[in-house]
Amino acid sequence: MSLDSRRYADVTVVAPSGRIDHEAAGPLERAIAPLLAPAASPAALVLDFGRVDYISSVGLRVLMIAAKSMRARKARIGVAALTPTVAEIFTISRFDAVVEVYAGVREALAAMSPSALAALAADPARGGP
Amino acid sequence: MKAVRFWGTRGSLPVALTAADVRAKIVAALRGTAGRSLESDADIDRYVDDLPFDITGTFGGHSPCVEIVNGTGEYVLCDLGSGVRPFGQAALARHGPVPQTYHVFMSHVHWDHIMGLPFFTPAYIPGNRVFVYGGHPDLEAALRRQMDVPSFPVDFSYLRADIRFVRLEPGVPFEAAGMTVHTKLQRHAGDSYGYRFERDGKSIVYSTDSEHKLADPEEARSFAAFFRDADVVVFDAMYSLADAISVKADWGHSSNITGVELCQAAGAKHLCLFHHEPANDDAAIAAMLADARRYEQITRTGRSLAISAAWDGLEIAL
Repeated sequence: MSLDSRRYADVTVVAPSGRIDHEAAGPLERAIAPLLAPAASPAALVLDFGRVDYISSVGLRVLMIAAKSMRARKARIGVAALTPTVAEIFTISRFDAVVEVYAGVREALAAMSPSALAALAADPARGGP
Repeated sequence: MKAVRFWGTRGSLPVALTAADVRAKIVAALRGTAGRSLESDADIDRYVDDLPFDITGTFGGHSPCVEIVNGTGEYVLCDLGSGVRPFGQAALARHGPVPQTYHVFMSHVHWDHIMGLPFFTPAYIPGNRVFVYGGHPDLEAALRRQMDVPSFPVDFSYLRADIRFVRLEPGVPFEAAGMTVHTKLQRHAGDSYGYRFERDGKSIVYSTDSEHKLADPEEARSFAAFFRDADVVVFDAMYSLADAISVKADWGHSSNITGVELCQAAGAKHLCLFHHEPANDDAAIAAMLADARRYEQITRTGRSLAISAAWDGLEIAL
């Protein structure tokens, strides 16, 4: 599993890839931990799951930890661009009620932060100018 | 080993269908009759048989009591929830006054798992033998105390069967009723114990009131070993995964998803969801079953895992 992280204004977008299973959950938890620290303090955290093809219960636990941490300081957390299998796992596990689910990163930022959406639009890596 | 038979499947507290529940089932069934010919009894039977279980039946009902049918002629039970009352009536109807031997394995002594004993008629009849096994040092005291005044009008001493208590040690195999029994300590308030019953190359696991901490891989490995190649695993699936690890974390229960993952890791053949949440109606339990089956399909890498949701009266043949 690899992990990309980008900051768009007051929102951090994290994009893991591959399978988030027993082996990958630990590295994901360690990679996200600094983003949850008070010093990082994004107004929102978005996990771009467009390149994640499976997540196990242990992976979902990492998401639960992140959700609790973000909510504790009244910050938002969402997931975006779920693949069909991962979307189904979110429904089955009822995690679609734990975090906000968006069709894509753009939709997530539009809902969470206009300035982050503007930053995304200006990002050449995301097809901006 | 012949079968697992369920007499009580509800967790925490017995529940009963209300009049409104029954009416809703009738309405749902009638709604599906539009345009169908139901003129003969056979037509009606066919129609009813095709309806989903959560409309034609109910998961129930009584608090935990599960019978292990092992072919020895002696009765084996897991827990003394309210389901032991109909079990006892059925045993009496079958044998009349002929004395029988009952082996009862107690997961723990929380109320829902012991409340049926005062209503277990065979325990009042001289000549019957009742062996009560468990890992808790206060097992006998807990069973006696619930029959003390003012909680119950009939004292434990009125139970005239030969009742004996046997303390089991986790990790120490035990022989009873022609089976080898393995005992495992589980995570639950005040501790609980799971049991693995083996006989004639078949195995049944009873693992309820057991919370699984997902961050602990060693714990997951030890349960996979306990469930290894089991023919049936009766599993505490009280909550959704999201609830089990958030608002209901440390409540001592588990989820349908964790049951699937552990049984897959163990190579078990049949997962039976058990200890249903009292707040869940039949439709909610049916949805949890459907979710578990779909998750098993998504995550299957080898042999398929059969999955059912226990209901009062269900029998799983081995």
